[in-house]
Amino acid sequence: MTTNKSTIEEMNGDNAAAAPSERAAAVPMIEIKGLAKQFGSFHALKGIDLTIAKGTVFGFVGPNGAGKSTTMSILATLMAPTSGYAKVDGIDVTKQPHEVRKRIGYMPDFFGVYDQFKTVEYLHFYGASYGIPKAEREQLIPQLLELVNLSDKKDAYVDTLSRGMKQRLCLARCLVHDPELLILDEPASGLDPRARIEMREILRELKSMGKTIIISSHILPELAEMVDEIGVIEHGQMIAQGNVADIQNRMRVKRFLHIRFLDREDEAEAFLRDRPYVNRLLRDERGIQVHFGGQDEEQSELLHDLIGAGFKLVSYSEAQTNLEDVFLEITKGGDGAQ
Amino acid sequence: MREQTAGKSGLSWRAKLINPVLNKEFRLRMRTPRSMWTLFFYLFAIGLMALSAIYLTQVISGSGRAFDPETSKVLFIFLSFAQLGLIAFMGPGLTAGVVSGEREKQTLNLLLTTQQSSTTIILSKLASSLSFMVLIVISTIPVYSMVFLYGGISPRQLLLVFLFYIFMMLVLGSFGIMFSTLFKRTMISVIVTYGITLFMFAGTALLFFVMVGVMQELSPNATNSWIGHILAWNPAAALYSILDPEVSQQVYNYRSMGGSAPKKPLLTLWQEFIVIYSVLSALALWTAIRKLRPRLKR
Ligand SMILES: Nc1ncnc2c1ncn2[C@@H]1O[C@H](COP(=O)(O)OP(=O)(O)OP(=O)(O)O)[C@@H](O)[C@H]1O
Ligand SMILES: [Mg+2]
Repeated sequence: MTTNKSTIEEMNGDNAAAAPSERAAAVPMIEIKGLAKQFGSFHALKGIDLTIAKGTVFGFVGPNGAGKSTTMSILATLMAPTSGYAKVDGIDVTKQPHEVRKRIGYMPDFFGVYDQFKTVEYLHFYGASYGIPKAEREQLIPQLLELVNLSDKKDAYVDTLSRGMKQRLCLARCLVHDPELLILDEPASGLDPRARIEMREILRELKSMGKTIIISSHILPELAEMVDEIGVIEHGQMIAQGNVADIQNRMRVKRFLHIRFLDREDEAEAFLRDRPYVNRLLRDERGIQVHFGGQDEEQSELLHDLIGAGFKLVSYSEAQTNLEDVFLEITKGGDGAQ
Repeated sequence: MREQTAGKSGLSWRAKLINPVLNKEFRLRMRTPRSMWTLFFYLFAIGLMALSAIYLTQVISGSGRAFDPETSKVLFIFLSFAQLGLIAFMGPGLTAGVVSGEREKQTLNLLLTTQQSSTTIILSKLASSLSFMVLIVISTIPVYSMVFLYGGISPRQLLLVFLFYIFMMLVLGSFGIMFSTLFKRTMISVIVTYGITLFMFAGTALLFFVMVGVMQELSPNATNSWIGHILAWNPAAALYSILDPEVSQQVYNYRSMGGSAPKKPLLTLWQEFIVIYSVLSALALWTAIRKLRPRLKR
């Protein structure tokens, strides 16, 4: 094991003089290059490149069928890629799956539980399956149950748990062998808002423990507050990747302006369309929504011009762009572009 | 690290014997009400058959006296075949869903991402179903003893018959697990396993009789002893050769009447059966182990 690691580090690190710890830190937790997956003639992944540094919380977003779960299954050693490679902690998932499994905690999008087990037994089973001695498990399992707020359910049969509890139990299961990387495929799907908040709290705690987390979701605001980086995938291709602010900056749309007029809305719409920095217009009963590309200066100028042209404004306000908008913006017309 | 493993070698040997998967399979199996019902119905069926057979022989022999050894031998043979039939029903039912069932319940992926090797998972699942079946078959021994006490059967035969059952369960179990791994759906796996079982019993027998007929037409005077080997694929014939050792000789020298004295066959029917199906079971298990996880290396 140690020999494997050192050879990999030697291959990766070009400055052999660096201290071992520094070199270890330089190995990204996830390294994916040209990853492609075909199901028959269908290309589910079309050559994905992705690098995630250690300790990062990475949000993986994309519409249904984009290839998120496929990528995660490959990382979890459950599926072989058609071409390209994926490495976890410098270890190729197809070459040393056994080593990779030690390092990952995988939570699939859909999973079942062994109904006849009690919560504690369930965790004991997986703990034992990862080769953790019994004495150690006895100590660990109450802590894990504490972490996911299931302490009071430790002697309940798993099939009596609610969906959200099962989800938290599955998260605890991912953690029994203290993996460095958590691969969570829509861990919050099907949870009520309260349970989502709890899930987020748990993830925040895991983040503070220094774990690398890759988490997929289609519900972006949920991710926005806790991820360091996001990657947007669509039709099996990464279409944007970087930290949240970066991605927002790179967007053509910087701001959303809500403008309400007292009257002459049609004229106002035509007027706005011809203005610079106005990328897109949406009209609904609440007024006109403008995707605005400019900064404060340009925004103030637009207001000035509107008033100067004699339009009667009821309100002129700026909406925060959130990840949801970014997501919609990036993925809109993706079909046409490719 | 090295010291630790050296010190724990005794413990890890035990840990290997009762690995987590086996432990889990045992517990979960014993907790499902289905297991209890299986045991109950099995014992009920075999008991019913034994009692009605005893009753019938009483009626036919028309006396309230104890059995003579001949009658009890017939009863023993009857019971042995009945038990074989029950095993043929139970084996596929208990094993043809062990992998596909986990796949359908969506627990398989979680199991496959643990440190347990494919070999451990498959063999543990086999061992757990086998132990359950052995438990059931052992619990029928009291029924046998009713017949056994009257004499007419040697303890060696009784032991052989039970070992044969265990082997039969191993064979059906391996086939069941293989199909359970190969097919995504339990339903299909169960059907295919029962299909194979049916072929073992009925298909091979049919083939034997067809071949006997055909060869009689084609070459009435040749020895054709190879036809007898078809029966070595048939569990019922193999069991019968344990109960009545002369059968093997008769079958292999099927057409050798007249001048040449019948040779003693190299292997009896059941021995040949065991050789053939040991190989097939091993192949089935090997396939299951290979196919449990997708091939990752290119
Ligand atoms: N086993 C399979 N056989 C055939 N096609 C598959 C298989 N698994 C996935 N696909 C296809 O690959 C594409 C990507 O699927 P994937 O599950 O990775 O999407 P996803 O991004 O996770 O979507 P969602 O948000 O709905 O979970 C889909 O079009 C899907 O139909
Ligand atoms: Mg998915």
